Amino acid sequence: MARHVIAAVDELPPGTRKFLEIDGRPIAVFNIKGEYFGLMNRCPHQGAALCEGPLIGLAQSSDPGEIEYTKLGEIIRCPWHGWEFDIRTGQSYCDPRRFRVKAYPAHVEPGASVVKGPYVAETIPVSIESDYVVVDL
Amino acid sequence: MNIQFRESQEAASPLTTKTAIADCDIHPARATRTELYPYLAKRWQHHLEIYGVHAYQGMMEGPPYPKAQPNASRRDAYPPEGGPQGSSLAFMQKQLLDPNNVQLGVLNPLNTGQGIRNHELSAALCSAINDWQIDKWTSKDKRLKASIVVGNEDGLSAAAEIRERAGDKNFVQVLLLSRNVEPLGQRRYWPIYQAAEEAGLPVGVHAFGFGGNPITPSGWPSYYIEEMVGHSQCQQSALASLVLEGVFERFPKLKMVMIEAGFGWAPSLAWRLDKVWQRLRSEVPHVKRPPSEYIRDQVWWTTQPMEDPERREDLFDVINWIGWDRLLFATDYPHWDYDEPSRVLPAGVSEANREAFYLGNAKKLYGLA
Repeated sequence: MARHVIAAVDELPPGTRKFLEIDGRPIAVFNIKGEYFGLMNRCPHQGAALCEGPLIGLAQSSDPGEIEYTKLGEIIRCPWHGWEFDIRTGQSYCDPRRFRVKAYPAHVEPGASVVKGPYVAETIPVSIESDYVVVDL
Repeated sequence: MNIQFRESQEAASPLTTKTAIADCDIHPARATRTELYPYLAKRWQHHLEIYGVHAYQGMMEGPPYPKAQPNASRRDAYPPEGGPQGSSLAFMQKQLLDPNNVQLGVLNPLNTGQGIRNHELSAALCSAINDWQIDKWTSKDKRLKASIVVGNEDGLSAAAEIRERAGDKNFVQVLLLSRNVEPLGQRRYWPIYQAAEEAGLPVGVHAFGFGGNPITPSGWPSYYIEEMVGHSQCQQSALASLVLEGVFERFPKLKMVMIEAGFGWAPSLAWRLDKVWQRLRSEVPHVKRPPSEYIRDQVWWTTQPMEDPERREDLFDVINWIGWDRLLFATDYPHWDYDEPSRVLPAGVSEANREAFYLGNAKKLYGLA
């Protein structure tokens, strides 16, 4: 596992996402209300750029006429076929037995520890005064 | 919700097939509301501004069911220069044609003049769409071929449009939609089949349209999902009508293409038709052969949305019945239920059948072999 510095915290405010390629893999990192999530940006169904889809909630029903709508803003919906995945775990809600998408831990590290490493700060200039979003692959 | 889109890129999958393919269902869109005006007489431009269009449905505009994605399209298919998905040739080349090695792309414009109650306006809009297909698409990219869009509810003006375009190499088929005022075998539509047969052009029947009827035989359903699966029911009614009204018997050189409604139902429909026809043959003496024979001889099927059963053997059983020479690969670009060429056909298909499925059948049917 390698740790990658992908952005200064200011560059990824809540409600935004960043697309990048790390070690040849398409990755997207989301900031959702101050929590960070990394996800493989390739839908396991037919290969679409999954993370270009909208973030929605999870609609479930215990009974016809009863609808629970939870995980608001934490379900990514594929831009092609609408397949839904849980951004926290990569679990598919369309075909959980056959498909899941890889989820990668992402969090904030202070510049001081980023400078020390061992991080792969590929294209991000790092300074001790700032905080950085780090994703583990 | 603030969504930050990166600049869209071409097909995300590195597994993109490099085998040459045909794409027999591409939907070109207009970039602006008035993009057709240069092809419309002033009389119709003003008519549109004053009255708009009045389709064979209760709602003034828009489809009967919202489409689950904006413009029923892939969210990564917005052209960078703006406009709706499918409205930019340059972006279509970059996102669809080039990366997938599409050698033949058949255009099926939707939201045209079809299904409009004012038949003169319907004919004018269809003619404009046909000019627009040449100007904006086929004259600029030789891989693309157009469909002759016709005012479906007026057989005579539709036939005139077909004769007008016959012999023009920009066009490879005539386009109808599956929802019409009456089942497609009815006599009012025969001039279309006659003109298409004379011109040597297949008639494609694409899902959707405006007929004014409920979109399922049991009425108006609640959900978009029911509309999606209802397309196959609608196409079954259309095909049964074509067979039983004697269209295939009367026009033996006519070729029909069933577009975007699946094909898994074809064997069961044919078996049922054959069985009932044996018993009730005297009701339709003009149907001289078993219905399944007409279907096998004169009907082709586009693949998208590809059937996806749990066991690939089941898919192969169905295709073996239909014939590997009868399927035409299609993506439905830029619509959201797009099929990725490299992902739809399971392993275990012979090289000859793969080639026919992806390219050969289409080139042969559309006269480009």
